[in-house]
Amino acid sequence: MSTTNAVLDQSPVSDASAGIRIGAMRARRRRAFWLWTARLGFAVFVIGGWQLCTAMNWVDPFFFGQPSRIWDSLVQLFTKGTEFGSIWGDITVTLREAVYGFFLGSCVGVVVGLVLGQNRFLADVLGPYIKIVNAVPRIILGSIFLVAFGLGTFPKVLLAAVLVFFIVFFNAFQGVREVNPNLVANLKVLGASPLQVARHVTIPSALTWIIASLHTAFGFAIIGALVGEVLGSQRGVGLVISQAQGRLDPNTVFAGMAIMAVVTLAAEYLISMLESRVLSWRPPSHSESAGI
Amino acid sequence: MSARTERKTAAAPAASARIEITNLTKRFMTKSGEPFTAIRDVSVTVEPGQFCAIVGPTGCGKSTTLGQVSGLDRPSAGVVHVGGHEVRGVTEGVGFMFQADALFPWKSVLGNVMIGPTLNGVSKKDAVELARDWLRRVGLAGFEDRYPHQLSGGMRKRVAMAAALINSPRILLMDEPFGALDVQTKAIMQTELLGLWEQMRPSVLFITHDLDEAVALADRVLVMTSSPGTIKESFEIDLPRPRGEVQAIRHEPRFLELQSQIWSSLRDEVQRAYAQTAGAA
Repeated sequence: MSTTNAVLDQSPVSDASAGIRIGAMRARRRRAFWLWTARLGFAVFVIGGWQLCTAMNWVDPFFFGQPSRIWDSLVQLFTKGTEFGSIWGDITVTLREAVYGFFLGSCVGVVVGLVLGQNRFLADVLGPYIKIVNAVPRIILGSIFLVAFGLGTFPKVLLAAVLVFFIVFFNAFQGVREVNPNLVANLKVLGASPLQVARHVTIPSALTWIIASLHTAFGFAIIGALVGEVLGSQRGVGLVISQAQGRLDPNTVFAGMAIMAVVTLAAEYLISMLESRVLSWRPPSHSESAGI
Repeated sequence: MSARTERKTAAAPAASARIEITNLTKRFMTKSGEPFTAIRDVSVTVEPGQFCAIVGPTGCGKSTTLGQVSGLDRPSAGVVHVGGHEVRGVTEGVGFMFQADALFPWKSVLGNVMIGPTLNGVSKKDAVELARDWLRRVGLAGFEDRYPHQLSGGMRKRVAMAAALINSPRILLMDEPFGALDVQTKAIMQTELLGLWEQMRPSVLFITHDLDEAVALADRVLVMTSSPGTIKESFEIDLPRPRGEVQAIRHEPRFLELQSQIWSSLRDEVQRAYAQTAGAA
């Protein structure tokens, strides 16, 4: 992008080049217009279709909710709060659990991934066990954590951390394995110590993988926190959802989902900002494909 | 194992730049569990300040030989002495240029060139200054803040060259450094390499499969046999120095004479190597 602009700037300002530039800008604007129209149209189609199907009773709104009533529940949640207090309190509780779990899980995942990635023997020893643990449906651990640690924040943090750990761990591990051996050789010839090799090659190289994994990982942290709350808690969006389920109120369940989706999108945005800052060295095409 | 050395000043003591390879043999285990001899009984002496090129057919163990000299790899038998000391672990005072890009994609051009002095414990300020100076010498002043992916293949090679030479190595190991470049860029880079080498005079072990390149650059060309590789013949290249434009030398009668002499030695090996790979396939 920047190079094409530079080329255009350097060219003499003739009618032809100005014409080309205006034409290109128009084409770009036209594309953006149709893109957003199509996006909006898609949302209208899905939500409107849902509304229509439930309003016409082709689909039973009692089981599947209805967009207009979901909106009412959302308004209700934010204006009147839940039976436990303000919805903001619940969001804060859930977000805190997810964020703590996210940090705990990703820190441990990065460290273990980097260590095992560099130590082939240790990796071979622990490899089969990690595969086994990964195959276990870890979400069930939530029940055990609940029994062991009660209804507080800690079991949810732990559940979120366990879910996050494996995603980040596998990526960090693979990232270390994918390090270009030429770079390591280059550094070793220059007399680098193992610690310097890690600092200059292994960690920056694995960082691409690690940061890419954080996108997925945060979604899983939210899932861990919510499932933990559904299993048993005193506050949180998961509790709001499970209470609504008990009242056979699908609209509030959907409202809770929507709230957490917005929270996850916001977190995603922050992670993307971190990514573009830390990985500014990458060719632009790379980050564009990651954006999809 | 102290990898750091006090940095050598430009004119390194002559004897410390001698490379002596004696009866070097390297065997690998193949995936099927059979031993494979990559090189056998290779003996080479590179005198201090000499530019020595090794040519040979594909897969004859040229790169393996370099690996032993740099100390990145251990010989199965035989020894390598650099400056009278046996190579165990990574050899000190070596610059290495690889065939593939060995630039750090997450470091700027300046950061890439700086890495050598930084690892040697030079202060950041001095390292920056030295790196800027070297970027000027390879004609990349003004590109300090670019990242490798923003550079052309030839520019990346210049960065790699500056990074390999910045520590004033007494020995320069080059593994087909210009192999991936187009013909014109290659000629320019060869001329620049010769210019820098004539200023600094490290001992060079230069691996290539391009015979013209070997004759144009080197004082001595060694021909290796097909696998398992060993030294077949050695040719002194008595073209006068400084050689100037690499492309101009190629038309001199003496160049053509040497080139065809070496080619007649190399041809058999290339054909044999080709027959081996064709038979294996």
